[in-house]
Amino acid sequence: MRGVPVLGLSPRVAVALGLFVAAMLALPFFVNDYIVSVLVVVLFAAYFGQSWNIMTGFAGQLSLGHALYVGLGAYTSAALFVHFGVPPWLGMPAGMAVAAVAGSLIAALSFRFRVGGVYFALLTIAFAEFTRILFDHFKWVGATEGLFLPVANLAHQDLLRLRGSPRMFYYFLLALTLGALGLSHLLLNRRIGYYWQAIREDEEAAQALGINVFRCKVLAMALSAALTALGGGFLAFYDNNLYPDTVFAIGRSVEIITAPIIGGLGTLFGPILGAFLLTTLGETMTSLTSGVEIDGLKQWLYGAALLAIVALQPAGIWPWLRRVIGLETRR
Amino acid sequence: MLYLNIIVAGLLTGLVYGLMALGLSVIFGVIRVVNFAHGEMMVVAMYATYLSSTVTGLDPLLMLAPVTVLLFLLGYALQRLLINRYIARPDHEQFLLLLALATIITASLLMGFGPDARNVQLDYAYDSYQIGGLLLDKVRVIAAAGAALGAAALWAFFRFTRTGKAIRACADNQIGAQVVGLDVKRLYAITFGLGAACVGAAGALMLLLVDVEPYIATDYTLLAFIIVILGGLGSMPGALLGGVLVGVSEALSGFVIEPSFKSAFSFALLILVLLVRPQGLLGRA
Repeated sequence: MRGVPVLGLSPRVAVALGLFVAAMLALPFFVNDYIVSVLVVVLFAAYFGQSWNIMTGFAGQLSLGHALYVGLGAYTSAALFVHFGVPPWLGMPAGMAVAAVAGSLIAALSFRFRVGGVYFALLTIAFAEFTRILFDHFKWVGATEGLFLPVANLAHQDLLRLRGSPRMFYYFLLALTLGALGLSHLLLNRRIGYYWQAIREDEEAAQALGINVFRCKVLAMALSAALTALGGGFLAFYDNNLYPDTVFAIGRSVEIITAPIIGGLGTLFGPILGAFLLTTLGETMTSLTSGVEIDGLKQWLYGAALLAIVALQPAGIWPWLRRVIGLETRR
Repeated sequence: MLYLNIIVAGLLTGLVYGLMALGLSVIFGVIRVVNFAHGEMMVVAMYATYLSSTVTGLDPLLMLAPVTVLLFLLGYALQRLLINRYIARPDHEQFLLLLALATIITASLLMGFGPDARNVQLDYAYDSYQIGGLLLDKVRVIAAAGAALGAAALWAFFRFTRTGKAIRACADNQIGAQVVGLDVKRLYAITFGLGAACVGAAGALMLLLVDVEPYIATDYTLLAFIIVILGGLGSMPGALLGGVLVGVSEALSGFVIEPSFKSAFSFALLILVLLVRPQGLLGRA
């Protein structure tokens, strides 16, 4: 069946996407608060994964330190709000700017000095950890004591100051996720997206074709960092408390990248699928082991599941699922 | 004199760090896989030492050889059965594989030993040697000597034995090594085993100096990364130099600035070295 492409998507993909969006819009009306809060976790993971995917999936530069940008976005918007009463709608763009500058600096320094591959990945960890320890001693944002936002009044949705129920955050994050999906789709079909993919596949060949590799890579990092920081801003206002050791944790960086890898690195829907799978997996493990008093059993099962996925579908679940349900894009 | 004491203590601890990082460096230098489960293997060695010495009531130092052999076998099996299938795969898939392994290892230790810190009791824990104004902890000297010995043994193996030379051939040119008929798979398994054995020895020695708990594994993984990048990924003397540098900088910054700042200092050192000399202090360009 061949039809007219909708927004550059094949009809089948467009229909599937439409159904998915409709289901996600309607879902909060049918489930309880607990499920909504789980879905918020899913959407955070999906959105962060999409933001990271631009850097690593599209442009091919493995970043293992994206918690840095989550933290910069979260702390900037939260500190501006707590200390100066700046509303999040101004604070979050500020956080995005801070993260974009930090990301560009790290990328520019690394790529100017020809730090690449594994070395680049380890450098991103180093910057994230270094910043975490700095924030541990940064008294203005509470250091290790933490930074707290005034507790939200759940009955009243204050859209201007982002104080409200998980349902409100659910819709904001759904919008972010769909926005990131649209942006990724747009970027992949523009000149810059083709440049990134060329660099990912063969950097020297891309250079030889006259692509400004350095600028493209720095741009990917800046954009990826800024988008991540926007999510970080929402995270700050959702969690209401920030500690350097959780916000900047290397564990968070690892979480951010697991979903897109599981889902399918460099694909459009991989990060979203991966986020659903991993969060569902985590929740299932929690409920399975809830009656058993054994430390570590949940993590063990989670690790085993990761191992199974990487053994069976190392390229990710989405490329496989796409074939199975017949959404394979014909080229 | 106080500063000299601190520097020497850092240097001795740094040698044990160096032996641990040597394992990572050897594995990456030959197989080109970054072992993201390195710290987890270190913690396995520490628990193995803890368990065997508490059960038998023997000095944990006597467990050094058995634990080293045990880790060699674990590393050998891991490479042969699992990691070998991923050596030609993209970085992020290797990362996920080792992340899954690391998660399983930490969870297993948590299930077996619980989250509490464990340590070994030594009769000579507070003994020390005095040379002039210099005061050396006995355990630290023993640990450092053991680490230096382990590193020397590994160096001799790569320098003088046929297998060692064959592994170096694989590292230099994998296809060439296959062409002349070397069993690359087996050599890779031995290499991973040797890398794990370094961690095994380092873990057994480290237990003389610090407590062990499941969740410190990530710290050791990061520490090993810092050290090998400082010294040069794949360089053996580099790993030891990096270990000593980090040991001394941790000891000094812990004393002069603030203990919680000690790893910030190491990370700053790492960032500086990567930007000024990306191949590491002793790495080849």
